[in-house]
Amino acid sequence: MELLIFYPLALVTILLALGVVFNTSPINSAVSLIGMMLGLAAVFVLLQAHFIAILQVIVYAGAIMVLFMFVIMLLNLKAGDDRAWKMRERNLYLSILTGVLILLGLYKLTDKIQSTEFGETAKLPDTFGTTIEVGTKLFTDYVLPFEVASILLLAAMVGAVVLAKNKVD
Amino acid sequence: MDLFSISDDFWIDLGVTLLKIGFMLAVTVGFFAPILTWVERKQSAIMQDRIGANRADIMGFTALGLFHIMADGLKMFTKEDFIPQGANKFLHTLSPIIALVPAILTFAVVPFGGKYELWGYQVNLVISDLDVGLLFVFAIASLATYGYVVAGWSSNNNWSLLGSMRTASQMVSYEVTMGLTIIGVLMVYGTMQLDEIGAAQENFWRWGVFLQPLGFLMFLTASIAENKRIPFDNPEAESELVAGYFTEYSGLKFGMFFMAEFIEMVTIGAIVTILFFGGWHIPFVETQDIIDTFNFSWLGPSFANLIAMGIHVGVFFAKVCFFIFIQMTIRWTLPRFRYDQIMKLGWKILLPLSLVNVVVTGIVIMALK
Repeated sequence: MELLIFYPLALVTILLALGVVFNTSPINSAVSLIGMMLGLAAVFVLLQAHFIAILQVIVYAGAIMVLFMFVIMLLNLKAGDDRAWKMRERNLYLSILTGVLILLGLYKLTDKIQSTEFGETAKLPDTFGTTIEVGTKLFTDYVLPFEVASILLLAAMVGAVVLAKNKVD
Repeated sequence: MDLFSISDDFWIDLGVTLLKIGFMLAVTVGFFAPILTWVERKQSAIMQDRIGANRADIMGFTALGLFHIMADGLKMFTKEDFIPQGANKFLHTLSPIIALVPAILTFAVVPFGGKYELWGYQVNLVISDLDVGLLFVFAIASLATYGYVVAGWSSNNNWSLLGSMRTASQMVSYEVTMGLTIIGVLMVYGTMQLDEIGAAQENFWRWGVFLQPLGFLMFLTASIAENKRIPFDNPEAESELVAGYFTEYSGLKFGMFFMAEFIEMVTIGAIVTILFFGGWHIPFVETQDIIDTFNFSWLGPSFANLIAMGIHVGVFFAKVCFFIFIQMTIRWTLPRFRYDQIMKLGWKILLPLSLVNVVVTGIVIMALK
């Protein structure tokens, strides 16, 4: 039953991801990216991780992408306006480096998959993926990464305020 | 691998869920959205000492102007669907859909009654009792932003673009406050499941408005700002931006933006009712009291449950209507705020207040433990 939902979903998500890369108009890319984020969220739902799925929608699709759109509109970027894009297109070395990196990543991934032995699917506990479960994990087992990440975000925020303040003064 | 393993209860559950979805759609899209267009015209007329819509008639009957709903609908259906020159056709068509769908989708997790035992079958009057219901509402509501933002951008019109930039900044600002007020409610009830939050308010003094009074006021303000209605209607400010983000929309596409706004009013009413005003509960009357009153020996407890269900659904929608009335009264009482005033209210007043609310709630909960 789940596979029937998963395959069309995965197909649409991948198509949208390709849309992000191949669109020359920034706004079309951004809209595709939002769609792709929603597809990812749906995959999380299929994995029973409802809380993570909702966070995916709120943080990425909801908050970050609105800012992307806002900047695109503020600069009123049209198709072909992005000079950096053309530069990247012309830069041969960068393209080769990216390609090599992606190939290495794919090789590692297939290697890992082939060396893994797949057994019976494990039965998930009923509480898996609930808010309480995620919260407990976050504040016990993973409290250090959690706090470090929050300090990093705080530093970024303070930095942004300082930069903006200097401009205003 | 068994692709099609279906449990015995599957078809019953599917039928019941489809019934609930049908009921929700009928109530919101079929009843509230059209009726509210008429209510808004009539209420504004009364508040401004006018007569209001009363001309559309069928064979001489005007029915208090109710036929204006049909007249408006017909007009929207038959109008030319205009796409301006230089506009992005695909996105221009897509954006009203992006705006309308989240408004309807929110009702998937909004409970309109409690749990009832009917002839051996447990009925839970919510389409999906998601563990993260409250966050779901929040996430889906934030997606509606794209409808308005893309609408303005794809119209190839400066007024529209300005309108959608205002929408983006306004909605992002007030989402922060909304999220923080929700945290207060979450701390008090200890769950994000909307039907559990509703069930926790059976006792009148446990209603959210008594436990989170500041939270209620801030949530209502932020949600009206999210819906972009007066006094927060800067994105469409008629006197400055023609009509803001939907300047270039006509016919049914404009109708979809219009409908999204009215359905969102119902959403706000429903969420405020669930979070702060006891959901489907009547003050000082517990569910067991209703069931006991109607529990005649010859019809069985299921019948009493059915009556309780009917009463609860009625009470819930009565409360929703009350909050729609409040929103409309605010809309026809206050003038539009200036853009900088809206930003100031959001970032300098509501945001610190909501942070204080979270901290104070936490301290009180710790002290009471």
